[in-house]
Amino acid sequence: MSFINYMAREINCKIVYYGPGLCGKTTNLQYIYERTNPEAKGKMISLATETERTLFFDFLPLSLGEIRGFKTRFHLYTVPGQVFYDASRKLILKGVDGVIFVADSQMERLEANQESVENLRTNLAEQGYSLEKIPYVIQYNKRDLPNVVPVEELRALINPMNVPDFEANARSGTGVFDTLKAVSRLVLNELRRGG
Amino acid sequence: MVNPQMVMYEEEFNQIQTVVDRLVREANAKVVFIVDKNGQLIAASGEVDNIDTTSLASLTAGNIAATGGIAKLLRENEFATQFHEGEKANIHIQLVGNRVILVVIFDSKSSLGLVRLRVRKASDELNRIFEALLSKVQEPGGDSPFAEITDEDIDNLFND
Repeated sequence: MSFINYMAREINCKIVYYGPGLCGKTTNLQYIYERTNPEAKGKMISLATETERTLFFDFLPLSLGEIRGFKTRFHLYTVPGQVFYDASRKLILKGVDGVIFVADSQMERLEANQESVENLRTNLAEQGYSLEKIPYVIQYNKRDLPNVVPVEELRALINPMNVPDFEANARSGTGVFDTLKAVSRLVLNELRRGG
Repeated sequence: MVNPQMVMYEEEFNQIQTVVDRLVREANAKVVFIVDKNGQLIAASGEVDNIDTTSLASLTAGNIAATGGIAKLLRENEFATQFHEGEKANIHIQLVGNRVILVVIFDSKSSLGLVRLRVRKASDELNRIFEALLSKVQEPGGDSPFAEITDEDIDNLFND
């Protein structure tokens, strides 16, 4: 749920990175954080375990610039990917404006991706959203690894709705900003239609 | 849109800011701020220059969301109040009208009793303001400034 502040002339939107454990959600945020001008970003917060696994969420506030005199601010969140953190994932989806699903392209994670998309669909529905209606894009991450599933196959399995999708390698940054831009565009379009 | 947007207008913002400014004085607080349940900062007052209010807003909302999750598991409606005591700073977190979160940060110059008392009064006032704001937002006919944005406006945002 975007927040329009007429007093501060700001629009605030919430983007959530979803996906199975170790697919690279936090890595996406870290890359964005490293490559963004200091004046356009706030502090990145990671609530993680001692072994650097996301425990609750990562958070990164970004300013994109002005649109019709309103500052556009995006709050990026990741969910914890591990299956048993489902209660936390549900909380983070509250008030979401757009979702990026980060898929792990490796052969052995194919099933985990499918389960995670189903989990996303269920958890969104619990909050009264539907995956068909919410701004939603998919990123096929880790394309640099040797044992990856062909994109066509991934697409057939986890992108039957044919939403915008991108190949990526979040560690080197390939595809990271393309994915973010695509979902931001959909969110702003939604704001225009729904406002 | 799936959910109604949260909207803030000048009139209500000024009313909220007045309540928040007064709460800083009356509770002897260091900082007072208001966050919506999604972690967006709505208003702040006090020594805010030394503090990362954006991060605090997001973490407070996460905290309230987690506590709300625990409440649900225990078949409680909400735990509306939280208090964390540190060595120097203390934080009092109050859910107002199940919609926004009122956060008071204070040190030894104040006390939990005083903060609680003042928060109770401020919560009632804030509740009234947010209820009025909500009904205003739901009135039909309010033109969104974004109905007119073009693809070009959106593209311009991404010109690196």
